[in-house]
Amino acid sequence: MSAMLTSGAGPGAPRGDAGASTVLSVVDLRKEYGGKAAVRGVSFEVRRGEIVGLLGPNGAGKTTTINMVLGVLQPTAGAIHIERLDLAKQRSAALELTNFAAVYSPLPGNLTVYQNLRVFGLIYGVKALGARIAELLEQFDLVRYRDVKCGVLSSGEQTRVALAKAMLNRPHLLLLDEPTASLDPATARDLRARIREFAEQGSGGVLWTSHNMYEVEEVCDRVLFLSHGQVLLEGDPRTLPSEHGQPSLEELFITVAREPLALERS
Amino acid sequence: MRIHRAAAVALRHYYLLRGSLARFLPLFAWVAIDMVLWGFMSRYLNTVTSQAYNFVPALLGAVLLWDFFIRVMQGVTMVFFEDVWSRNFLNMFASPLSISEYLGGLVLSSIATSTIGLGVMLVLASAVFGLSFAVYGALFVPFLLVLFLFGIALGIFGCALVLRLGPASEWFVWPIPALLSPFAGVFYPLSTLPAWMQSVSHVLPPSYVFEGMRALAAGGTFQVSTLAWGGGLAVVEILLACAFFTRVHQQAVRSGLIARYSAESVS
Repeated sequence: MSAMLTSGAGPGAPRGDAGASTVLSVVDLRKEYGGKAAVRGVSFEVRRGEIVGLLGPNGAGKTTTINMVLGVLQPTAGAIHIERLDLAKQRSAALELTNFAAVYSPLPGNLTVYQNLRVFGLIYGVKALGARIAELLEQFDLVRYRDVKCGVLSSGEQTRVALAKAMLNRPHLLLLDEPTASLDPATARDLRARIREFAEQGSGGVLWTSHNMYEVEEVCDRVLFLSHGQVLLEGDPRTLPSEHGQPSLEELFITVAREPLALERS
Repeated sequence: MRIHRAAAVALRHYYLLRGSLARFLPLFAWVAIDMVLWGFMSRYLNTVTSQAYNFVPALLGAVLLWDFFIRVMQGVTMVFFEDVWSRNFLNMFASPLSISEYLGGLVLSSIATSTIGLGVMLVLASAVFGLSFAVYGALFVPFLLVLFLFGIALGIFGCALVLRLGPASEWFVWPIPALLSPFAGVFYPLSTLPAWMQSVSHVLPPSYVFEGMRALAAGGTFQVSTLAWGGGLAVVEILLACAFFTRVHQQAVRSGLIARYSAESVS
């Protein structure tokens, strides 16, 4: 963490008691595979009402970090708290407040949209599930696909279903791993608006990974640049590039990917 | 343990069965074929051997009980395989679902699917081939219970094996019942086996069931305490299988295999 550089917090910065507004706290997280570190002492927070972008080149440790937050990968060291619940000790309670959508984890294609939402609604213990499913089908424009198997939907429609599933339990922490990767620009914009709307409701925070810097600038309140398993930069995506002498977030991303040491020295 | 989470796992399988003839038919088709085949075989043996011995309760009854055990075991593994085939591990294991709830869901589903198979076998064996369950008396229910428990244990063990070794290793799981059948003494007394095979039989709960079933079919008696021993053994084996699954899952979470299961290994 010594190399981390920070700038002013974005619009989602905490007001009042920082502890109470923190939905995700990651402290000194580390993951090693056979002595080789994939994530090296990463620490960050996601606050209520905030969208945090987790950026970095392929292999930087983004998905490894997300997998640890989701409880499917055990950290070598460090702590993860979701709404102050220790993920290592209160896994089910912590994950009941969490949900996720990832481009590499589609819902089973042999179940219909409704069946998938019903099964996962039960798993997440959603109250008044029927009404919640109806609400989400409406919200994500999926009513006409209610009884269609997910496997025959287009990738954009499947992403909307995955997001509807991710919203089922009104999560306090929403993890989105490249949610717009397979979407056309119009659908991606629509989806970003929905995620923004979710964050603005103020009940939950979002951790978002993306390689689309335009999207990150539009959506994220704060970004963390990961490189070689460490947080290299943190700050407002709209001001961070100029603070590091770069014309755009994309240029900054490329610099992080190619010359992380130069940034560490700056 | 939250029952609604376990029910969700079983509900998912119900949805799959309801919408797929290829999944629904095997619940009873193969056991029905077995009943017909072994039913006629028993009848034929009755005509060519001593009139004093009736093969129907000994042979057809044995096939019925063994097929029930297989249905229970496959009832567990099939639900797990559906998660393997649809690459659903991340969605399931990154949820609040605990291991006990997940395994509970597999068991709930197996109870439902194996009951269908059992029902079809009971109807066919009694209506077509005249198998009278009165021969076994009240012990017929404990016979089924012991086989059910062992089927659950073996099913969970099979799931753990596939979780540990990767999707392709499901082919290790399918032949397990065939591998065990010579030791379980499904069709012959354990005394037929050499000593080393008998020592394996003694840790297999079905061997107590089939010994008892044959004794009763021959008009003899059978100690309930012997069957209770088999039942106790099956319960212990369920606990061991659950512990094995939990350990394999923990290892998969440590290594990252759960998140990258389609790669089969993380090395």
